[in-house]
Amino acid sequence: MSPDPDEQLGYLEDLHRREYGRILATLIRGLGDFDLAEEALQDAFAVAIAQWPAQGPPQNPVGWLIATARNRAIDQLRRRTMAESKREDIAAVWAPDDDAPVPLDSLRLIFTCCHPALSLEAQVALTLRTVCGLETEEIARAFLVPVPTLAQRLVRAKNKIKAARIPYEVPGDEVLRERLEAVIAVVYLVFNEGYAASFGEGLVRAELCREAIRLGRMLVDLLPAERELAGLLALMLLHDARRATRTDAEGAIVLLEEQDRSRWDQAHIAEGAALVTRALRGGRPGPYALQAAIAALHATAATAAATDWRQIAALYGLLVAVHPSPVVELNRAVAVAMADGPERGLELMRDLHLPGYHLLPAARADLLRRLGRRAEAATAYREALELVTNEAERRFLERRLAEVG
Amino acid sequence: MQFMLMCYFDEDRWQALPEGQRAQIMEQYGELTQSIVRSGHFRAKAKLQPTSTARTVRACAGETLVLDGPFAETREQLGGIFLVECGALDEALAIAARFPTLPAGGVVEVRPLERATGS
Repeated sequence: MSPDPDEQLGYLEDLHRREYGRILATLIRGLGDFDLAEEALQDAFAVAIAQWPAQGPPQNPVGWLIATARNRAIDQLRRRTMAESKREDIAAVWAPDDDAPVPLDSLRLIFTCCHPALSLEAQVALTLRTVCGLETEEIARAFLVPVPTLAQRLVRAKNKIKAARIPYEVPGDEVLRERLEAVIAVVYLVFNEGYAASFGEGLVRAELCREAIRLGRMLVDLLPAERELAGLLALMLLHDARRATRTDAEGAIVLLEEQDRSRWDQAHIAEGAALVTRALRGGRPGPYALQAAIAALHATAATAAATDWRQIAALYGLLVAVHPSPVVELNRAVAVAMADGPERGLELMRDLHLPGYHLLPAARADLLRRLGRRAEAATAYREALELVTNEAERRFLERRLAEVG
Repeated sequence: MQFMLMCYFDEDRWQALPEGQRAQIMEQYGELTQSIVRSGHFRAKAKLQPTSTARTVRACAGETLVLDGPFAETREQLGGIFLVECGALDEALAIAARFPTLPAGGVVEVRPLERATGS
């Protein structure tokens, strides 16, 4: 049977998406060098693109890619001066039957990319580039950064790993939780960049959400006893389930209560809700578990009116305790308003100080509108409009202002 | 070399365990997984749905025959598998001995894999 070249290229693309990070993680361990491993793997994929469409893929494509990349790396080292001794190092480190990516390596890679010695921007860029295999151009586009700036950021991060001798390992028990917090923060930041769509084009953004969820799944698989990871994955799945209904055809925001619930992704919701149960079980739940529990209550309510606001307000109360922040207080006030009436919500908002944050006046405006205090509502809407930056949100606020004005 | 660790448990008994105990066992499985990921032994795992969901496929007089139910009607049923990389059998047995279903009456079968014949 002669292989279909187009099909082969599609297959390769898929393989790249699924396996790039895992293969790279193993190569970095074997070669002890990020750049060398990356170059070698890119070369191996280039050879595959040249050969597979005509010949069909080898029996064990991942093993082939690892073996080819390893040979390329050894060639590369041989060409460099003083290659001989280094080559023996590789041969010594690398057993010949080591042709399958090792799950532990993926974990080593992500902990190294999210090492606290690197800046948060560098952690995010390096994780997307190496663990997820996104191109530098794609990452630059997603974060609206010029390509050279991002490339520079990656180079500096990799140099720092080398210079500071950041070890390629999973941290020990005593610091695991703390280091995991940094990993979780990076993954959630990637997700939020995709989800919040504060700027940039839609397609790239969806890709970021998909990658973040993929990272979340990988982490939950490898560290299933870490409940905050279950909470993180649940939170992302539950938010992502509503993606299609968050904006209308013109790109204007559709509020949660007005979204078409029949179009929510029920598979995501079911998976997310099951993870929430796991994340909440035993001990004091962390901030991601609590946020996921809140998202699950929204996602599983049959109608907006059936939402269990009392429970949501209670969960926000717990969240304020583990993660005190005025933004969380604001959300709690909104939930209390829904459960006990707008007056109670306004009361709680009165003590909040969130300078420059448009959602506080917007939330206050909404409660005033519900109470029929139209003039005060209009003032609050105008205040919010002065602070808002997102175009879709601006249009929404203007519409509301016109209603009460 | 790689070993398959197969966890057998009486499904009726599993269902009869209190919810809290089942949750606790699953949590201990999570801890075990995490520990063997970090020790580098872990390669893969899978949890199976109960045998009530099983179908069996066989050829019968040139036709493919699909039947309801599991292949083997045994007292204990296969509930999940772990694939681990170990230096020797003893290491695989030591991991198997940590399976949280053992104290509750479960059984773990440990079998080495045939060496892959290269690509």
